[in-house]
This record gives sequence, C-alpha cells and structure tokens, in this order.
Amino acid sequence: MTAPIVLDGLNHHFGPFHALKDIALEIAAGEYVALLGPSGCGKTTLLSVLGGFIVPTAGRVLIGGRDLTQVPPARRPTTTVFQDYALFPHMSLRDNVGFGLRMAGMARRDRHARAEDKLAMVGLGAEAGKRPHELSGGQRQRVALARALAVEPDVLLLDEPLGALDLKLRRAMQDELKAIQRRIGTTFVHVTHDQEEAMAIADRIVVMNAGRIEDQGAPDRIYRRPASLFAAGFMGEMNRIAARPAAAGIETRFGPLALAAPPGADDLILCLRPEAIRAEAIGASKVETGPAALRIGPATVLDAAFFGTHCRAHLRPERAPEVTLVAHLPAKAPPAAGTVLDLSFDPDEVSVFAAEAGR
Amino acid sequence: MTRVLPWLYLCLAFGFIYLPVGALVLFSFQDGSLPVPPFNGPSLKWYGAVLADRGLMAAMLNSLVVAVGSSAVACALGFLAAYGLARHALPASGLLRAALIAPMTVSYLIVGLGLLIVFGRLGIGLSLWSAGIGHVVINLPLCFALIYAAMGGQQVNAERAARDLGAGEWRVLALVTVPMLAPAILAAFFLAMTFSWDEFIIAFLLTRFDVTLPVEIWSLLRSGLSPKTNAVGSLVFVISVILVLGLEVFVFRRRRQ
Repeated sequence: MTAPIVLDGLNHHFGPFHALKDIALEIAAGEYVALLGPSGCGKTTLLSVLGGFIVPTAGRVLIGGRDLTQVPPARRPTTTVFQDYALFPHMSLRDNVGFGLRMAGMARRDRHARAEDKLAMVGLGAEAGKRPHELSGGQRQRVALARALAVEPDVLLLDEPLGALDLKLRRAMQDELKAIQRRIGTTFVHVTHDQEEAMAIADRIVVMNAGRIEDQGAPDRIYRRPASLFAAGFMGEMNRIAARPAAAGIETRFGPLALAAPPGADDLILCLRPEAIRAEAIGASKVETGPAALRIGPATVLDAAFFGTHCRAHLRPERAPEVTLVAHLPAKAPPAAGTVLDLSFDPDEVSVFAAEAGR
Repeated sequence: MTRVLPWLYLCLAFGFIYLPVGALVLFSFQDGSLPVPPFNGPSLKWYGAVLADRGLMAAMLNSLVVAVGSSAVACALGFLAAYGLARHALPASGLLRAALIAPMTVSYLIVGLGLLIVFGRLGIGLSLWSAGIGHVVINLPLCFALIYAAMGGQQVNAERAARDLGAGEWRVLALVTVPMLAPAILAAFFLAMTFSWDEFIIAFLLTRFDVTLPVEIWSLLRSGLSPKTNAVGSLVFVISVILVLGLEVFVFRRRRQ
C-alpha cells in the first residue's frame, strides 16, 4: 500500500515561534524522502503534521488525494516509527506488532499470524513471545518498524529512528530500511540530522533550515550543486573561499573563474568540497594544460590524517596564507607536514553563493 | 567496641519498634484471663473465642469490605485526577494539584467531624457507607500523589503510538495507560487498604450499628483487658502484614525489572 503526499502552503506557529514557513512539498507514491536539517529546523514538526499529531496553523495535507489536514492520527493511513520506539512494555512483541491490527478489529489468530510474519521480516521471528525490555536497542528498533508496518500503511513516517544506535548498526539498519522500502513500495518519510544517513537511504533529500525548505533533490545533486549556502554546508565539509563578481564571471584570490555569479551580491562565497581539490608534486603538474582547471598554486601541508579511503589534510596556500584549506587527498601516500604541493580544482565542482551576513 | 555499637543500636531500635507488637502477640497465647506476666501457655483458646465471636467476625468482614471498596474508589478517582492533570494543560493546574493533596495534612479527627456535620445536614444516616466515604476522602490524596508521580514521558509516547495505530481514547486508557501504570495503581490500592483497614477515628465517628473492626476492638477494650483483645489484635496485625507483603511482591518486585 502506498500513496502520494501533497503539502500545500503549510505554516505552523508554536505561540510566537514560527516553526514551519510556507512549506510546499510533493512526494510521489513509493518515494523514500529524507527530511534533513539541524535540530529546531522544523523537520520533526513537519513529520508530526504528516502523522496528524499537529494540526497546522495554515495549509493543507493531502495523502492519496484526500485532504487529511484535520483528521486525527488514528484515522490516517500513516504510521510512525518513533525516536524512542515507544513500544508497549507490558505486551509481548507479538502483541506490540499486532496492536494496530487489533484496533482494526482483526481476529486474534489472523493478527498473530500477521504479527509473526512482520517480526520474521525484521529478523525477530523467533522472539515473538518476548517483552521489549529483553531486547537490545537495535532489536527494539526493528520491533517498532514491524509494528508500524503491520497495518500496511500508505505512508510510513520515521522520526530519527536510528539516532540511538551505534554507527555499525546504523549502517546495517539503513541498508535494511531501504531494502524493505523497495520491497513493499510504501512511501517513506524519514527525519534525520545526519547527512550521511540521508544520502544512504533517500531517493530525495529535503534540506530544511529555520522552518523553510532550503533545497530538495537527489542526494548527488544536492551534494554537488546545492541550491543554497546552508544546504552546501549541511551536506558535508567544504572550503569557503571569498570571491567578488567580475566582468566575466568572478574573481578570487587564486584568479578569475568563468562562473555565473548570483545577481545583486558584492560579496560571494565559493564552495569547494575537500575531495574536489587535486594535489600534485611541484613541477609535475599537468593541470596547467587543462583550460578548465583553476590553479590554487603551491600550498604547504600543515597536517594530514589517514582516514582509510582518503587522507584528510589541512593546507596553507602561498597566495592566500590567511586561508586554511581542507583537502581529501589519495590515501596511498599521506604527505608529511611541511611538504609543498601544487593544488588545483575543476570549476565544475564548485558552487558560488552570495555571502550572507553573520555566516 | 566500635564494631559492637552499631549492632547494639540496631537491636535497640528494632526492640523499640517490635517489642510492643511482640508482647501483644505473645500474650494472645496466654492460658489465663489476664494478658500480663507471668506467661502461662501457650494456648489457642482466645483465638477460639475470637473466631466464635459473631460480633468480631462481622466487624472483620465489614472492615474488609470497607477497605477494598473505599480503596478501589480512591484509586479510580485518584487515577482520573492524575491522568487529567498530567495530560492536559489546565488553568491553575498547580493549585488544583495542591488542593488535591492538601487533605493529607488535615487530621483524621477534623475530617471525621466535618463529614459528620455534612452528613447530618444532608440527612444521610451513618453506616458502613458513610465510613467508606470517609476513607475515600483520606485516601484519595495519597492515591492521586502516588499515581501522578508515576506518570512520565514514557507513557505519553506509548499513548501517542497507540493513537497512531488507530486506538480511540478509551482503548488507549484501557490497553496502554492503565497497564503501564499498574505498579503505581496497585501500590496506591494496597497502601490505601492498609490505612483503611486499621483506621479508627473516622470509622468511630461515622458508623452506627454495623461497625468496622477497630471500633469493635475499642468497645471490647472498654470492658477491660483480656487476652482476647490480644488475639484479635494479632489477627489484625497478620492481615496488615499480608497486605504489606502483597505490596512488596506485586509492586516493588515488578518495578525492579
């Protein structure tokens, strides 16, 4: 079971606090969407509006084409996996998972069979008679997922469901969530503040900040071509290089670049991902021949740390010694501190934004 | 010496607490007509006399009925008050909470006298019912405080999950809230029962023909000391111990899990 979602002109106020500002969002049936943002950005409020726990001050919520803005949670085709799981401690796992079916009036034998099915789906088929307190955090998480999916909702809402798990388990659950979503085809809306998690699971990421949607799109698009400085910064580490508009593009400390500047801004910021920086030994550079590449020039390695897949280095460019650049260099040969490398980058890999006051 | 002192203190403290009860129980087995030393016996004849005494047996049954009934009502009312105050933002909720707990500070004598006056004005006759109402009045604050203190975020989230899965308010209450609060509700129930079981002043003021056990024992005492009073006192003590053990087994052991 699956359904599309349309959010139209949503606004919500908690007293004087404007928690959601003109949210308009369409989610296709069967899509896996991640709502990504820092705490307090409104992502959980938006999820509560979808689940029916909050009636928005203004705007409409359409699920499967029906206006459900005023409909309480019990009568919505949505279920939620809560952050703290919210399992019923006095019930067996079987009764926890079968609770929604019991509310729907399904006979005991049928709902037990269905509950055991769902528990088997999350790998807990043998534990149906246990109580939640006998389980580990990861297992409770799975029970919460099975319970929410047992009623076969059109839309599953997940509120930071993996936040309490350790990194390894979180990775495993991300893969599992995505696999389950592919199999059952239900629309998933997943709230997280972890951009890696969002990239790992979602078809589409919606980046939120201060109650607004900053950017939305496929993970690689948001990472490579973010729509705003905030989205760029939230999606991963980046170097901010000051720039100014020039006759043909923009002017930076490292030379001109043929990039379109946002109109009406005098101070610009060039966002450069650490892995977009290329480094070569002085004199061995071939990049000067490529017309598209921009040379940063010689830079001194301040320190370098080995990360397995790459080597993360801080560098001080000679042409702008007040700037410290972060670069992800190939992991094979971590440079020693003090080494001078020739840096360059491909202008296709950067984004330009107007500098905002106070950032 | 310094190692002996704590043990000496312990023995003295426990002796101070349990010596009167021990003497009471010991002389209930007295084979004679006065519960004073020297001890002759043991004999079970006074227990026989108690069990054969219809007035005492009837009073014991009355006490049980009043204790169970008034505790159940106090728990139900206390739970509803706690649920309302914990789940809804009410105006002056701090004041409401204080007003619910305040009767704990009023002496039983004042509560009993007040109820006596009110019942008299309303033309309500004195009976086990009026004593039961009196016990609800004194136990309600206790039940409310115990149950309210046990209501936390964990239940709020579970209730939210139940609503999300399609439960209406009554089913949320019956299938999630009450079972999750069962330890606190049982604790309140057992504690209210022990208080009602040996409460004297209110029962004395608010009963007339059918009386509760403490009132019956009091009238027994007026006719002088007898090992029979010791025997009935011992029985009361045993039942109180059973109630406290019930509290321990059902409530505290579960909470520790």
